[in-house]
Amino acid sequence: MDPTTLIAKRIALELSDGMLVNLGIGIPTLVANYVPAGMHIFFQSENGLIGTGPIPEEAMAQPRLTDAGGRPVSAIPGACTFDSAMSFGLIRGGHVDLTVLGGLQVDASAHLANWMIPGKMVPGMGGAMDLVSGAKRVIVAMQHSVKGKSKIVEACTLPLTSVRAVDLIVTELAVLAPSSLGLTLLETAPGVTVKQVLELTDAKLVVPPHVPSMNIK
Amino acid sequence: MRTTTFENAVATIPDGASLMVGGFMAVGTSELLMDELVRQRKRDLTVIANDTAMPGRGIGKLVSANLVRKIIASHIGLNPETQQKMLAGQIDVELVPQGTLIERIRAGGYGLGGILTPTGVGTVVEEGKRKIDVDGRTYLLETPLRADFALLNAFLADYLGNLTYALTARNFNPVIAMAADTVIVDAEHIVPIGMIPPDHVMTPAVLVDYLIPRG
Repeated sequence: MDPTTLIAKRIALELSDGMLVNLGIGIPTLVANYVPAGMHIFFQSENGLIGTGPIPEEAMAQPRLTDAGGRPVSAIPGACTFDSAMSFGLIRGGHVDLTVLGGLQVDASAHLANWMIPGKMVPGMGGAMDLVSGAKRVIVAMQHSVKGKSKIVEACTLPLTSVRAVDLIVTELAVLAPSSLGLTLLETAPGVTVKQVLELTDAKLVVPPHVPSMNIK
Repeated sequence: MRTTTFENAVATIPDGASLMVGGFMAVGTSELLMDELVRQRKRDLTVIANDTAMPGRGIGKLVSANLVRKIIASHIGLNPETQQKMLAGQIDVELVPQGTLIERIRAGGYGLGGILTPTGVGTVVEEGKRKIDVDGRTYLLETPLRADFALLNAFLADYLGNLTYALTARNFNPVIAMAADTVIVDAEHIVPIGMIPPDHVMTPAVLVDYLIPRG
């Protein structure tokens, strides 16, 4: 299984019926492909839509129906649209049950940096800061390392997205979450050992006596 | 409210004006108003909008034509020209979290002295801002935003200027309609009064100064 599919499938296990979910661009978008059969999830797109459906075929794209990256989407029956003030009221006001976001760095305090690399990439934070501040639960979906460098670090060197700790971090190697003892290794990916995760992580991790393998097929 | 043409509406905008522009990655942005701003070569504009779209679309056209001096937006990542001009010092860019940006505009239009938001506390966004504790939680005081002009893209207008928007093209449009001295609307379709039921009006006609029928 390729790393992004594995991450998306593991995060899909965190979904439950009736949730309002906001997915960021990149790996998080893939989570929508693994919603369990029979489960209804309300997907929000922060440009003003609840009920985001699959990407339409080219000829069926509607220029006024797009996702937060400006790409055509569809809307499922029961969808609704609204302006940006309401969209961010939903986000900041704690009405979004779960957001899944990409990450550049997450540190031992579970702080996320995902919006700029000073001097290199200054795209702007868009909705990321509001999502981390306001969503009930925040999951980071990212590759464990980039160019051999761990993206899980002792303290973020990149500008933070929020000082609110994220709730869960899922990579192609491990599932991590903050606890009172520190950033804790909850699960490893199939075929990956605890030792391997520790070697490839630049932050001190709390390792419980038994670390199960991710329950994905 | 007066009906007018793209040429005459844009002629009322002086060089150096501040413009709020509706749209999210150009969806809900009036391409015809952007084209006319470029044709009349307006200069030194301040643009307040969610993003700068991409080259060749929406606000991207203003950036390419060097009409913009300052941008207040939440995201410029999909327009490399904006980033290049920012790094070259040609455009001053103020990046604002999206939820904060729309609330600052709302505050400007709703007569509020600002808003308190938890977004940005403890990050670079808080620099230079007042922090206020309410019931044990820390918020940033974010100040209101207003502009000289708001440029809207509506799907339907009636002859009075009542407006509705379509799907995700609504975004910033109804909010900026409240926050500018002069509101200019490019309406894709104009219908007789009464065709938009009162409950479906998203922007009341009293807010509209210029309505531009197409063709």
